[in-house]
Amino acid sequence: MTQTPILLVLLLALTSAAYYFGCKRAFRVADGHIRRLHSLPGYYGLYVALWAALPALLVLGVWLAMQGSVITRMVVASLPDAIQQLGPDRLNLVVNDIRNLVSGNIVSSDPDAAMLAAAEYYRSLMSISRNALFVVVLVVAGLGGWIGYSKIRVNHRARNGVESIISWLLVACSTVAILTTVGIVLSVLFESMRFFKSVPITEFLFGLEWSPQIALRADQAGSSGAFGAVPLFAGTLLITLIAMTVAVPIGLMSAIYLSEYASAHVRAIAKPLLEVLAGIPTVVYGFFAALTVAPFIRDSGSMLGLDVASESALAAGLVMGMMIIPFVSSLSDDVINAVPQSLREGAYGMGATSSETIRRVIFPAALPGIVGAILLAVSRAIGETMIVVMAAGLASNLTANPLEAVTTVTVQIVTLLVGDQEFDSPKTLAAFALGLVLFLVTLALNFVALYIVRKYREQYD
Amino acid sequence: MTNSTHAQPDSVSSFARIQAGMARRRAAEQRFKMLGRIAVGIGLLFLIVLLGSIVSKGYTAFWQTQMRIDVMLSADEIDPEGTRKAETLRKADYSSLIKQSMREMFPDVSGRRDRFALYGLVSNGAAFDLRDRVMADPSLIGTKVSLWVPADDDVDMLMKGHIDRDAAEGDRRIKDNALGWIEKLEADGRLEMRFNVDFFTKGDSRDPELAGIRGALMGTIFTLMVTLALSFPLGVAAAVYLEEFAPKNKWTDLIEVNINNLAAVPSIVFGLLGLAVFINVFELPRSAPLLGGLVLTLMTLPTIIIASRAALKSVPPSIRDAALGIGASPMQATLFHVIPLALPGMLTGTIIGMAQALGETAPLLMIGMVAFIADVPQGVFDPSTALPVQIYLWADSPERAYVERTSAAIMVLLAFLALMNLVAVLLRKRFERRW
Repeated sequence: MTQTPILLVLLLALTSAAYYFGCKRAFRVADGHIRRLHSLPGYYGLYVALWAALPALLVLGVWLAMQGSVITRMVVASLPDAIQQLGPDRLNLVVNDIRNLVSGNIVSSDPDAAMLAAAEYYRSLMSISRNALFVVVLVVAGLGGWIGYSKIRVNHRARNGVESIISWLLVACSTVAILTTVGIVLSVLFESMRFFKSVPITEFLFGLEWSPQIALRADQAGSSGAFGAVPLFAGTLLITLIAMTVAVPIGLMSAIYLSEYASAHVRAIAKPLLEVLAGIPTVVYGFFAALTVAPFIRDSGSMLGLDVASESALAAGLVMGMMIIPFVSSLSDDVINAVPQSLREGAYGMGATSSETIRRVIFPAALPGIVGAILLAVSRAIGETMIVVMAAGLASNLTANPLEAVTTVTVQIVTLLVGDQEFDSPKTLAAFALGLVLFLVTLALNFVALYIVRKYREQYD
Repeated sequence: MTNSTHAQPDSVSSFARIQAGMARRRAAEQRFKMLGRIAVGIGLLFLIVLLGSIVSKGYTAFWQTQMRIDVMLSADEIDPEGTRKAETLRKADYSSLIKQSMREMFPDVSGRRDRFALYGLVSNGAAFDLRDRVMADPSLIGTKVSLWVPADDDVDMLMKGHIDRDAAEGDRRIKDNALGWIEKLEADGRLEMRFNVDFFTKGDSRDPELAGIRGALMGTIFTLMVTLALSFPLGVAAAVYLEEFAPKNKWTDLIEVNINNLAAVPSIVFGLLGLAVFINVFELPRSAPLLGGLVLTLMTLPTIIIASRAALKSVPPSIRDAALGIGASPMQATLFHVIPLALPGMLTGTIIGMAQALGETAPLLMIGMVAFIADVPQGVFDPSTALPVQIYLWADSPERAYVERTSAAIMVLLAFLALMNLVAVLLRKRFERRW
């Protein structure tokens, strides 16, 4: 792996050489009269360079992506039958041990001869693959360069060739977004399907108990764990609700104040300062919630004689609300500013005060946009991870009391997936099912929000 | 108005009614305005409290209590054969030398438990400092050297006032006898607060007084390098295609809807994608900055595409028309005339996307960049962690001394973010053109 940079540098050098020779040949076929060429000489150079670089890069990418799994498969095929008969999870452990042997780490069990042989085989395959990659990539680059080079004629349309290659590259780049979505959907969906094979989907969506224990042995009592996600949904909703109770009034009122009342001077200072809140990483809010806000709430609660959990939903929700204030305020600000000035002037002309204009004219006109903004903020709050991981609890409580500890969907995804994991236990797969729910809910919220906003825009533009 | 006065003959009383209501309406106006002021005030107050609490907790981490100890580097202990080989010097038992020097400082301390407490005043890292000193200059062997080494984190906390000296002995992490020794050391001028260089030059450690952010910082830099190298060309190319070349059809509509939705997908879902696709299917190395960079690329791509499209949109069509008019192909017009003019805007968007990626934690947790890694990573394939993840890890540690280190790491992170945003603002100010 470490010589990939060397390979890339070599490839770059080869590409530059291709450019140089391409230009040179263009001059030569035109006998030095550039006017005879179809395109500028640089385009011939570029044409050859693209021929040299693109196929080679493609081969390199595919090779690097596939090399790991191909080698693993070959090594597994070489193992003695006794080991191959093991179940997939045990086999996974064996493969991990072999990899550890290869990288010289400590292995979990004493390596036997077969393992050592496999590790040796793995190492040799790795080095073969590395050397072969080197040769193959350079040969492909050279071959490509030669093809491009031999195509150069006086009336060869190099510019058109280069431009069509570039436009295909642009198309490819823009499909990355589609591929990402497809990747997300497929990866989450596949693992969720495997999860729903062991836990019925109705139990997952409507079950009231969540305790994803790992079973050490199959015959252990309570080995299956309970995967009812309702307490997680309830916890997420509770924290989101608290966050919205903080963020919506403050965000909306500051947006109204800054866009309708504040002088340009105040606006120029206060608006960017508020937006700083949106730029602060969520891990910082999490730290603040866990170490400053939560103890403060607990102490003031005990002063009032209330029993507050040290990881209360209130602390996490409050801090999440803080984080979302600028989100609500800047979105509402845009919406309020989009209300046509004529409506305001009409209201003022009727003798309404500013606040009456805002409450009775501007607010109703901006309402769909504001609702859209709030929905987007809700989807942000639901998907927010670090604040709740650090400040909310792990215990799944089905409660509406903000002073108790609750857990959320994102917290459970993190807890289930951080650390060592095997990919066959429902415990790990449950995280993907939760991820699927999270993805679908935020997607739906965004669709609805964008729909509302777009519908609203049509009325005034 | 005229109609209503006609309908109501007693116009005087209606005027009086309006007048009477005015006071109420003005009060409502003032109340509403006040509410707005309060809302802005609360928002700003939150910001001040947040930053204030971080700074007040963290500024002390930039100083660290150091202890001066005099160590007799006896040749018998370090290098009995006198070969001065690097291997021998590396393996010598420096911690016993330090223990000996502590015993010499407090000759009246006896008993196993007391001695153990005495040795605990010096950090475990002192032995490594001593080793490095000796390896750099073997001629020191046989002499008595005086050097400053980090004190234990409890001593540090006591010196910084986080441990109350007047509390009952049972409530204190430093016992009475140790307190006596520390006071003697203070009186001798052997304890001093010095600038905490280790914080910036060392990797993570289980001992708070030795833990630094360099490993996390390098991990973040490698991760962001991968992210930048991938997301800038990809994002700009996608934006150029969608804005300049894409025909208006279902396919491009689909891409557009997709990009807008991806911008709102929770970041943790990108972590799930990285885990399921990059680790399980492509078998990329876990915990490596390469992997983190790939995941963050997918995450920041929508931001960069949207900003780049806005920048391209703001280039007036006359530029394109002029280029096409003198015979440039559409590709030439775009590459040589539109993109250079849109570049500052694209760069600004990219920097903002990078700032987002810099602060992102959740997806990195999913792909294993959360392990305890003491070594500073050397490349994009080495297992490493990132600055925000380091903050998360330290925030979870129980030792009191990690609190100030977490806050200090946050201050470093925020400083980088501020710097990036400043660059973005300056770039915008410098190159912004009104057409």
